[in-house]
Amino acid sequence: MARSVTNNRKIINTTFAWAIGLLIFFPILWTILTSFKSEAQAIAAPPIFIGFDWTLENYRVVLERSDYGRFLWNSIIIAGLSTVLGCMIAIPAAWSMAFVPSRRTKDILLWMLSTKMLPAVGVLYPIYLLFIKMGLLDSRAGLVVVLMLINLPIIVWMLYTYFKEIPGEILEAARMDGATLRQELIYVLTPMAIPGIASTLLLNFILAWNEAFWTLNLTAVNAAPLTAFIASYSSPEGLFFAKLSAASTMAIAPILILGWFSQKQLVRGLTFGAVK
Amino acid sequence: MSLKSTLRAATALALITSSSAFAEGHSATITIATVNNGDMIRMQGYTDQFTEETGIAVEWVTLEENVLRQRVTTDITTNGGQFDIMTIGMYETPIWGANGWLVALDDLSEEYDVGDILPAMAGGLSHEGTLYAAPFYGESSMVMYRTDLMEAAGLEMPDAPTWDFIAEAAAAMTDRDNDINGICLRGKAGWGEGGAFITAMSNSFGARWFDMDWNAQFDTEEWANTLNFYKDMMDASGPTGYATNGFNENLSLFNQGKCGMWIDATVAASFVTGDDSTVADSVSFALAPDNGLGKRSNWLWAWALAIPAGTQQEAEAKQFIEWATSTGYIELVAENEGWANVPPGARTSLYENPAYQEVPFAQMTLDSILSADPTDSTVEESPYVGVQFAAIPEFAGIATEVSQEFSAAYAGQQTVEEALEKAQAITNEAMEAAGYR
Repeated sequence: MARSVTNNRKIINTTFAWAIGLLIFFPILWTILTSFKSEAQAIAAPPIFIGFDWTLENYRVVLERSDYGRFLWNSIIIAGLSTVLGCMIAIPAAWSMAFVPSRRTKDILLWMLSTKMLPAVGVLYPIYLLFIKMGLLDSRAGLVVVLMLINLPIIVWMLYTYFKEIPGEILEAARMDGATLRQELIYVLTPMAIPGIASTLLLNFILAWNEAFWTLNLTAVNAAPLTAFIASYSSPEGLFFAKLSAASTMAIAPILILGWFSQKQLVRGLTFGAVK
Repeated sequence: MSLKSTLRAATALALITSSSAFAEGHSATITIATVNNGDMIRMQGYTDQFTEETGIAVEWVTLEENVLRQRVTTDITTNGGQFDIMTIGMYETPIWGANGWLVALDDLSEEYDVGDILPAMAGGLSHEGTLYAAPFYGESSMVMYRTDLMEAAGLEMPDAPTWDFIAEAAAAMTDRDNDINGICLRGKAGWGEGGAFITAMSNSFGARWFDMDWNAQFDTEEWANTLNFYKDMMDASGPTGYATNGFNENLSLFNQGKCGMWIDATVAASFVTGDDSTVADSVSFALAPDNGLGKRSNWLWAWALAIPAGTQQEAEAKQFIEWATSTGYIELVAENEGWANVPPGARTSLYENPAYQEVPFAQMTLDSILSADPTDSTVEESPYVGVQFAAIPEFAGIATEVSQEFSAAYAGQQTVEEALEKAQAITNEAMEAAGYR
């Protein structure tokens, strides 16, 4: 009897989890399906789910019209370097807050988080003017710095909560064995926090990849990433949903594949430390 | 990490992140910010021809209209210098021209023939008589209707209908059982969406945004009549959820045969008669309606090419503008894609061309453009230039807020009276803060 109840609950839970999962994934699935429709089928009412004439025409048009490779390369560089740079700054910061806290540590953490509460548009003009002065407009270097800075509070917070899980005694033991601070960070702390660091890196890479305010406002041609690529297919006057869907699918495909391959690490990292 | 390896890493980073040059083998490269619409995308396809002729390479930054507006505004107000040519509209041009942010287009070549630009377009893209942007294409608004449904309703659409006729025809064509709405109109919040439509409509009802002292006029009977008429007609004959419908939503409904009439931009004519339309064979056109007060409810708009002051490539940018907005470009498109696909509404000579006169919507587009006058758009005198907008910097912000209130009234979240009261307060407050009152 008990086994049957458990099995029933399992089936219900699994069905529920799948339903939620499909619900969350549905917009992405719909975008992918629409990318293979004609423009007329894309707006058909009632919507056509599967039974349409599959076509690669939208992908052909998008590839012909835009230099996808350039946008993709910019996204990889900007998201990748901003994440790595952020981690290089955040690991020592989070170590200090987790293992050598001061009376103001909590305040600093909250203050860091508060910078995320200001709408980005509020600082658009100051940042834009700074970029003009420093010659950073439409440069990948400029975007790397900006995206690193806007994601830094999240990286520090995530790493801080991971590090808090690690017993301080282990680090103390390393110190007693003569490890320097650098050795302690690199050889003791980092290997133990690898799942946490990996999930932080992944999550921030995704955040930087999808960032669409600064990447649209601070770029033109040379540094424009995939967000600008998608924006170039959006139009309030004209029905180009199938082409927009093809562009969106091409923009999210790399990050979707990356997420698919690293889902185990991502889930383990997220459930282990920060978000729980 | 040693100093040496730090330097190596920094050099590598700089190399990876540095911007590459794109002017491969060209004398110059110009960067153009533009909107994503059919005509602009078509022009991008012909850019190679311009490069071949002049040796000037062109880089395009294509963005959605609202994103583009924010992007180019940020750049021009900070003198960012990211673009050599910007695609802007009739709203921005006179304001930016007055601020000295645009290069005056007063020295275009003789072959270009500035005098051929439609006077309404030239007027709307000028400040104190100086042209600041060259129209790539122009548009007004008109009635697009289904001839089969009109016939079935036993009615005949006049060339210049009144609002009463439109409401009557809409009611007669509505067939809820078969999902046919008599009329589809914009109701979506946004100064360029539902805001543009209702402002143009209000002109024909004798309403205006401001009196000569810049006082808001939403407390007048004319505005109440406009909004009540719109809402009553749409509640009776419009599609469900019309309060959130914009151009694309209505285009989609019309192309699927779910609208008897649609009053919107003249550029939509090529869409509703195109391959993606299921009703292409039974569409005809009429002037936007009026109320017998001497003003019709059609708007006037142009997407135009302008050069931001301070660009390093002014001469090359002018060369491109002359090429892209010339009669030669129109002929190039006509030769390759047919006359129905040339950019409309910019040049007088296009409408004198017998080949273009064969295009079904050509004459109605011209008549609509000619019947809109941005310098005299309201029945009573008003202090602003513009048909569906007032060409002052504050307008976009105010009209967006006002249109949100109107949309809420269409959706039944508040009454028309409440929406107008709020619109009056919002507008007067903003105008006072801006120092107009």
